[in-house]
Amino acid sequence: MSTGTTKLDVVVSDVVPVNELVTRFHFRRRDGQMLPTFSGGAHVVVEMRDGDRTRLNPYSLMGSPLDTREYTISVRRDDVGRGGSLFMHRSVKPGLEMVISYPVNLFSLDLRARKHLMLAGGIGITPFMAQTAQLAGEGGNFELHYTCRTASLGTYADVLRERYDRRIRLYHDDRDERIDLDRLLSTQPLGTHLYVCGPAGMINWARDRAASLGWPSEAVHFEHFAAPQPGLPFDVTLAVSGKTIRVGEQQSLLEAIEAAGVDPPYLCRGGVCGQCETNVISYDGKFIHNDHWLSEEDHRSGCKIMPCVSRFEGRSLVLER
Amino acid sequence: MGITFRKETFRDDFTFRNSPEHIRRFPFPFHEDAYMYAVNIEPHVVGPKGSVLENLIDVDEHYVAEMQDRALVLAEDPLRCQSLPHMTLAGWDLLELLMEQQALGYPEHFTLTRDGDRWRWINRPLGIDDTFTFGDTSTLPYGPMEYITRQSQGDFCILDQRDGNLWMDAGMVTTQADWSLDFDIGMNFFEWHAPVPLAHEKGIFVRALKFLTNIQQGKPARRLNWTMTINPRLDTSPENYHKWGPDRTTVTPENVGDKVHLRVELQSFWRLPRSNSIVFPIRCYLIKMDELVTQPKWARRLHRVIRDLPEELATYKGLTRYRPTLVEWLSRLDDGSPTSPGFGPD
Ligand code: FES
Repeated sequence: MSTGTTKLDVVVSDVVPVNELVTRFHFRRRDGQMLPTFSGGAHVVVEMRDGDRTRLNPYSLMGSPLDTREYTISVRRDDVGRGGSLFMHRSVKPGLEMVISYPVNLFSLDLRARKHLMLAGGIGITPFMAQTAQLAGEGGNFELHYTCRTASLGTYADVLRERYDRRIRLYHDDRDERIDLDRLLSTQPLGTHLYVCGPAGMINWARDRAASLGWPSEAVHFEHFAAPQPGLPFDVTLAVSGKTIRVGEQQSLLEAIEAAGVDPPYLCRGGVCGQCETNVISYDGKFIHNDHWLSEEDHRSGCKIMPCVSRFEGRSLVLER
Repeated sequence: MGITFRKETFRDDFTFRNSPEHIRRFPFPFHEDAYMYAVNIEPHVVGPKGSVLENLIDVDEHYVAEMQDRALVLAEDPLRCQSLPHMTLAGWDLLELLMEQQALGYPEHFTLTRDGDRWRWINRPLGIDDTFTFGDTSTLPYGPMEYITRQSQGDFCILDQRDGNLWMDAGMVTTQADWSLDFDIGMNFFEWHAPVPLAHEKGIFVRALKFLTNIQQGKPARRLNWTMTINPRLDTSPENYHKWGPDRTTVTPENVGDKVHLRVELQSFWRLPRSNSIVFPIRCYLIKMDELVTQPKWARRLHRVIRDLPEELATYKGLTRYRPTLVEWLSRLDDGSPTSPGFGPD
C-alpha cells in the first residue's frame, strides 16, 4: 500500500511577520470544515509549487490542539538553505490555495510523565507552542526553558510569558545567559520527562548530560529540524522502476526520486521516522548519511540509505526503488 | 431502512444465528484453497455495499445481543475493561471515533450532536440518550472508553506509542479468542505476541511493528484473522477456559454443523488524534458450519484449508481435537471442482 500521507486542501488565511526572521502562516480548510484534531508536537508537510519544482517541507503545528478551525506554522527564513523557507516568505500570500498533509506526530508527549521539562532553542519553540497549550488545557505540569540569540529573536517568548508566566524561563545568548543544565536535570522530581527541540548541538548536549546524570533514555525525547543538506550533484539508478536520475545540488535524493515520477513513502522528511528507508543494491563511492534512523552498523554496511536527508559522492549508486 | 436486531444468546442455550443476508456478508477469510500465516495488512477503506466493510465501523443484527453479553461478562469480571491512568485522553479519542462512525453509518439508530464541548449521544437500539461534556469524565457514567465500548461491537485495544514500541495500556476485551487483557495490560508489542509460533523467525513482527507505529491519522488499516470456536461463544477468555475448553471434546460427526463455528476477526488499526495512540478494534464474526456451507464455494475451500493446515498452526488455533471430524464432515461437500478466486461466495 502507498504510505504517502493523506492530504488536506487548504487556503492561506493569514501571513503574519513575527520578527526579522520568522513569519507565521495560517491555513484553513478550503471546504470550510474543521481541520483534523492533532496532538502537541505534530507536524504537517507543506507542498510548495515553486515553478516546475514541488518542494515538501515539514513544519510543526503551533496552534492549540483544542482549536482546529485553523492550523498555524512558523517558518524561519534561511537565506542559505535550499529555498523552501524563502519560497514561503516570498511567495505565500493570503488567499493562496495549498496542499498540506494530515498531521503526523513524531514528537509526542509521554502522557505518563508527572512533569514535562522542555528545552527549546530558536525556532525549535514551535512544537512546544502546541504542547504547552495541550498541557495547560489538561492542567498538566510543565516548565519550558527557551534559549534565543537576542530578545527580539525570541519568537513567541512574550506570548508564552503572558500565558504561562513563571513556567517559562528565557535565556539570551547576547546577554551570555545559559541554561544551568546539570542543576536543572538533577533537581527534577521522579517521573519527569525531558523534551528538546532545537539545533543539533543543543540536542546532543541535552541528551548527553541527561545520560550522564542517569536519566533513562525513555524519558528523553527530542526532535531534530534536520533540513536536507545541499551537496554535490550525483547520479542514481533506480533498479525497480528502471530509471536513472540526477540529484541536484539543492535537491534531496527523495525529491529527485519524486521528480522522476516514483512515489516513495515518507513521513518526516528529516531523517528520523524511518519511512523512506531504501535498500542499496550496489555502489562505488561514499555515503553522506545525515539521518538519525539507521544504526551506525547500517551506515557502515552500505546496504541502506534514507533518501530524505542522505547524499552520495562517487561513481555509481544503484538503489532498489 | 434500519437493521432488525436479533434476540439471541452467546451462552447457555446458544440461540445465536445469522440471517440469510448475514451469511452472505460473512467476512470469509480465505482467498485461496490454502492458508499461510502472513501480515496481510491493507488500507481500511469503505468496501462494497452490503458487505461488513460498507462502513468502517460495522454495526449488524447481533449488536444488541452482543452488548447484553458484554454487560454480563463485565458484571462477572470488571478486569475485562482496564485503562491505565495516562490513557484517559485516548479514551476520549476513541469515544469520538466510535460515535462519529456509528452515527455516520447508521443515522437511523445513532445520533451525535455537538455544541462545542456539549455533546448529545442518542443510541436508539440500547435506549440511551445522554448529554455530556467532552473531556470531562465526571459527566459520564463510566470512563470515556468504557462508556463507548459498552455500546460498540468488538473488542478494543488501545496502544500507547513510545520508545519506538506499542504498549497495551487500555482496552475493553470481552469477546476474545483465548487471550487476556488482564495478562497483557502494560506489555509491549513483542511481549504480548510472544506465544505465536513460526512467525518470529520470519521477522514479520519487526515489520508489523514498524508498519503499525507509522499508521497515520486519516489512514486506518486492517487485516483479517481467524480461528474456530465450539458453540457460538463470544467470550472464550483464558479466565473462562473451564467453561469453553471442554466444549472441544463434544464435537461428533452428528453435531459438527451446529457446534463448530468459524470465528473471523476483522482487526483495524487507527491513529487517535489527541493522544497519538493507536486503537485496534477487533471485531469478531461467528458462523456455524451449517450456515457456512450454504455457500458451496466456501464449503469446498474450507475443507481444503483445514485439511492442509500445518500441524503447528492447527495446534496453535486449538483445532487438534476435532479437526479429523470436521475435515471428514466437510469432505462430503467437496466435489473436487475448482474454487473461484477471491473471498466472496459465488
Ligand atoms: S522520511 Fe522520515 S526518515 Fe526519511
